Amino acid sequence: MKSGKHLKGFWLSIVLAVIFSVVVQFLISGGTLNPFYVNTLFSICINIILAVSLHLIIGITGQFSIGHAGFLAIGAYASAIMTMKLGLPFPAAILAAGIAAAAAGVIIGIPTLRLRGDYLAIATLGFGEIMRIVFLNIEYVGGASGMTVSHLTTWPWVITCVLITIIVIANFTNSTHGRACLSIRENEIAADAMGINTTYYKVMAFIIGAFFAGVAGALHAHNFYIIQPPNFGFLKSFDILIFVVIGGLGSMSGSVIAAILLTIISTFLSNYPEVRMIIYSLVLVVMMLFRPQGLLGTKEITAFLKMGKSAKGGSKDGGKHTVA
Amino acid sequence: MAANTPLLKVDHAGIQFGGLKAVSDVNLELQKGELVGLIGPNGAGKTTFFNLLTGVYVPTEGSISLEGDKLRGLAPHKITKKGISRTFQNIRLFSDLTVLDNVKIAYHSLAKHSIFSSIFRLPSHFSGEREMEEKAIEFLKIFKLDDVLYEQARNLPYGQQRRLEIARALAASPKLLLLDEPAAGMNPQETEELMNLIGLIREQFNLTILLIEHDMNLVMGVCERIYVLDHGQLIAQGTPEQIRNNPKVIEAYLGEEVS
Repeated sequence: MKSGKHLKGFWLSIVLAVIFSVVVQFLISGGTLNPFYVNTLFSICINIILAVSLHLIIGITGQFSIGHAGFLAIGAYASAIMTMKLGLPFPAAILAAGIAAAAAGVIIGIPTLRLRGDYLAIATLGFGEIMRIVFLNIEYVGGASGMTVSHLTTWPWVITCVLITIIVIANFTNSTHGRACLSIRENEIAADAMGINTTYYKVMAFIIGAFFAGVAGALHAHNFYIIQPPNFGFLKSFDILIFVVIGGLGSMSGSVIAAILLTIISTFLSNYPEVRMIIYSLVLVVMMLFRPQGLLGTKEITAFLKMGKSAKGGSKDGGKHTVA
Repeated sequence: MAANTPLLKVDHAGIQFGGLKAVSDVNLELQKGELVGLIGPNGAGKTTFFNLLTGVYVPTEGSISLEGDKLRGLAPHKITKKGISRTFQNIRLFSDLTVLDNVKIAYHSLAKHSIFSSIFRLPSHFSGEREMEEKAIEFLKIFKLDDVLYEQARNLPYGQQRRLEIARALAASPKLLLLDEPAAGMNPQETEELMNLIGLIREQFNLTILLIEHDMNLVMGVCERIYVLDHGQLIAQGTPEQIRNNPKVIEAYLGEEVS
């Protein structure tokens, strides 16, 4: 009966999300939303994908990875190569971007996830920087001058990717596999002692997170006409990290909300990039002072809405929140 | 009977950290169904020995086998699947998760539904999750924790946290249960309840239990045999009566008599 209720909420969210997407599509094609707003909307959605994918790695599995921009870069370049060099269609490029990033996730994940805490952070930070330097030095993808990419990202693709990301990660989290990841976050030694293959689940979370970061990379590349290695530096990684931390570690709806709010703030401050970083740090400091657990703490938004006893139903809500 | 291989056989096992021999040359055998105590002064290497058994550390000497299978070099989660489950001296619950989720995680290795079916919400996901949930609730009833199913583990009183940890260890359906100071920090009444609980689960789950404990009342009261560890070495073994009167044990605990 409980899963039935969950299912109903799930379909309700899907219906709302579809209505929202269609309305936005009409607004875009009708010209009500000017290109600036459309662009902001796309950025918000791409950032939601990034935030939710990193949320799985940091918030759920508790692996402090700060090289997420590396996966974004791999996705961006892989998709750009697919469309610009090989002339393949955009959906194939999105998929290829995800797969390329996931493959990188395996290669990076297996050795680095043996590390814990600070060491893992340093290793993943290094990975992000390495990816940036690698793309900087490959002439095939334009080196430092970057690579021009045609604008293929459209609203249906963006919103579809956002919804798929949220649904997949929510479904993963709300299953025994998600609980296995949570147990690693809570206490790795105990998780091991309970028969959880911790390495497997850490790498799995890393792969799924990397996959969606790659998808976000594809959307990003085909939205901005040009991709350059400096766009994928460690500041980008920190941007994503901040969404997750501000939203509340362990709360998917929190990271979605944080991605929306912070993208709006930074878009309106984009003429002053230096101020933007100051504001970011200020927001962080203020958050740490007044709400160290993040916007929503570890709870999902449904827990606040319903205050019901089974607070873990929050998953589906992420969908709803993209809508809101 | 004689042909029976012991459930657990520890053969000259030990571990060395650099120059320090934390545990050395320990021989120990547990028959199926026994309840055995492991005692020793602080720093004797009792918890280290548990860590050897559960694969947290790999023994640098000797061997450990469960029902004749060598355990050396197996990852902890594999050893758990083979049938050794444990609790921890300092409670290690998944404290931000609910009581129910804590137990469900112990059932994880029995889950039949794959990641794929969970992501796409295939029927096997729902049946698998429902089965787990029912089993976990049923199980928590035995431990009288069914009224706090959706409570975060961190919010439970100490005694209940201990009980939940034992419940979680048992949910992994072990053959051998290792309890690391289960009565630590408990008042006499809680210890009494714990003793009853240990007796109960032993009967109900047909378990073999190895128990580290400082509370001599508890150890002498429930254990059939006792091993004594000091400075990483076994110094005595026998029935509670024998241990109580063993001069070496008295020396280890109280120091040498001044002559």
